Amino acid sequence: MILVLVDHDRGELDPLSLRAITAACKLEASVEAVVIGKEGAGLAEIVGQYGAKKLHVANHGALSDYTPMASGRALKDLAERLKPVAIFAAGSPRGNEQLAHLASFLDLPMAAECSEIKFGTPHIVSRARWAGNLIEEAEVHSELLIASVLAFATEPVSVNGPSAMIEEFTPNLEDADSLVHVISRDNGESSGGVTLTDAKVIVSGGRGVGGPEGFGNIEALATLLGGAVGCSRVVTSSGWRPHLEQVGQTGTKVAPDLYIACGISGAMQHIAGMKNSKTIVAINTDPEAPIFKYADYAIVGDLHKVLPALTSAIQEAKG
Amino acid sequence: MNVLVCLKRIPLAGGTLILTPDAMDIETKYLGFGISPHEENAVEAGVQLVEQMGGTLTLLTLGPSDAEEQLRASLAVGATRAILLETDGQEWDPQGTAAALVDAINAEEINFDLIIFGAESADSAGYQIHIRVAHALARPIVTNVKAMRIENERVSCERVVPGGREYYEAPLPAIITVRDGLNIPRYPSVPGRMQARKKPIDIKKAQARIPKLVKLNLTVAPSKSTGAQILGTGIEAVPALVAVLKKIGAI
Repeated sequence: MILVLVDHDRGELDPLSLRAITAACKLEASVEAVVIGKEGAGLAEIVGQYGAKKLHVANHGALSDYTPMASGRALKDLAERLKPVAIFAAGSPRGNEQLAHLASFLDLPMAAECSEIKFGTPHIVSRARWAGNLIEEAEVHSELLIASVLAFATEPVSVNGPSAMIEEFTPNLEDADSLVHVISRDNGESSGGVTLTDAKVIVSGGRGVGGPEGFGNIEALATLLGGAVGCSRVVTSSGWRPHLEQVGQTGTKVAPDLYIACGISGAMQHIAGMKNSKTIVAINTDPEAPIFKYADYAIVGDLHKVLPALTSAIQEAKG
Repeated sequence: MNVLVCLKRIPLAGGTLILTPDAMDIETKYLGFGISPHEENAVEAGVQLVEQMGGTLTLLTLGPSDAEEQLRASLAVGATRAILLETDGQEWDPQGTAAALVDAINAEEINFDLIIFGAESADSAGYQIHIRVAHALARPIVTNVKAMRIENERVSCERVVPGGREYYEAPLPAIITVRDGLNIPRYPSVPGRMQARKKPIDIKKAQARIPKLVKLNLTVAPSKSTGAQILGTGIEAVPALVAVLKKIGAI
C-alpha cells in the first residue's frame, strides 16, 4: 500500500496532492490517503475519485491549522501502524516540509521532487535538481520509501472511484511538535485580483519593461484575460513590483494555461518557475533571447508597442 | 545574540548546464562559484542582527577546501568567523550532511540563539537538511521566511503562501530558513575584504556516514527543443497572436 499525504489549507485541497495520488496509483493497486486535521475529512469524495480507497484523518486539537512538525509526527504514527511501502506527498513547499519532518522522526532518507520511482532493494528514483534543469537518478536505501512527487510531472487522472472510507486516528503529539504553527494570516492578492498559483493566465514582465510605470500595459492585459501579473527576479530586486509576484526558482513556481513573458530574457532560474505552463508566449526585442527556446509562440518586438495593440485587438475580438 | 548561518558552495550556472563525462556532476571548468541566492539573504540577515543586537555571526559550511572562497566572501560582508567541514569534494547525502552539521554545532562553545539556512539549495533541492538539524538539536524551525523580527527572546516570521501571508513565532533558540526578498544583500567593501582575510576559519575534517540516498547519474532535463513559432515582428504580429489566443481558448 502507498500512503499519500493530501495537503489542504483548513479543508481546501491542494490540487497538487491529486497528482501525487495518480503517481501512486500508477505504481500500486492499493493507495490510501491521509489528511492532517479533521477539516480535511471533507476531501474523502475527491481523493476517492482519484483512486484512494481510504482517507485517514489525523484528528487532534493541535492540528486545526498548518503545524508541520506535528504533521510529521502524525505521519510517523500512521506509518508505524499501517506499514506502507511508500509515503508520498506533492513536491510543494508544504509537501516537502511535512515529509522532511516524517523522515527526521524516523531517521530515514527522503527523496524530494521525484518524477519516476521504481520500487526495489534499493528503490530507484529520478528526481529534479537545479530547479528542474537536471534529473538525478538515485538509489534510496530504506525499506519505506519517503518521496515527494515532482509538481506538474504527472497529470491527475480520475478513476471515478467511490468516496474514500474515512478512518480517524489521534496522533501521539508531544508539546514541542506544535510549537511552530500559523498564528495569523492575511490575504495579499496580486494586483490582478487573482493569485499567481491559481491563475489560468499570467502576464509576466522582466527587465525589458524598463521600470515600475511600464507595468501598466502588463496589468491591463492581465486584467483583460482574467489573469495575474507576474515578474522576473530582477524586477522585484529593483523594487518595481512586490516579491509576491516573482515567478521562478526563488519566487513562485507556476503552471498556468497561458504564460505571456514580456521583456523576459529567460534565465534558467526564471524558466524553472514557468516552463510547465501549457502555452508560453514570449514578446522580446532580442530574437536570440533564451526565452524563445522555451516558448511556443513568439513575437520579436517592443512590448510597449505590442501590448497596447494586443489589448485593443483582444477587446475588439471580445466585442 | 549569537547567530549561525549555514552555506553551501555551488557553481554559478546561468545558462545551459553541461555535465562531466561521467555524468555525475556539472562541468565547472568554465564556471565561477558562489552560494545559493537564498543564502545571500541568510548572511545579510545574520549581519543585520549582529549590527542591531551585538554578538557574533558564525558561518558553517560542509564542502571541499575550496569552499573557503565562499566563507571569505561572506566574512567580507560582516560575519565574525567561519567553520569549514572539509570533505573529499564528493557530494554527501542529506542525512550525512545534516549529521555533520549537528556534530559541528554541538562541538561549539557558543550556544547559537538563531541558526539560519537558505530556503533551498540551488543545486541539490533536497528540502530536508534544515529540518533534520532542527530535530537533532530539538529546536523549533520556521521555513521559507520572507520577513522576520526578534523580540523578547522570540523570533516572529512571515511566510508568503499562495494567496497571502502566514505569521509564525518561535522561542529562541530557533532555526529559520529564509527566502530571497527577506532583505537586500550588501556588497563587500574594500576594507571588508581586507579584514576578511584575517578572520579565523576553523577547518575540520568531516566524519562521513554511509549514504542512504546515493546518486547514480545526472542527465540534463529535456526542453522544448523545437523553439518557438515566430508569429512575426512588432505590432504586425498581433493578429496572429490573437488567433492563437482564440485557438487555445484564452479569449
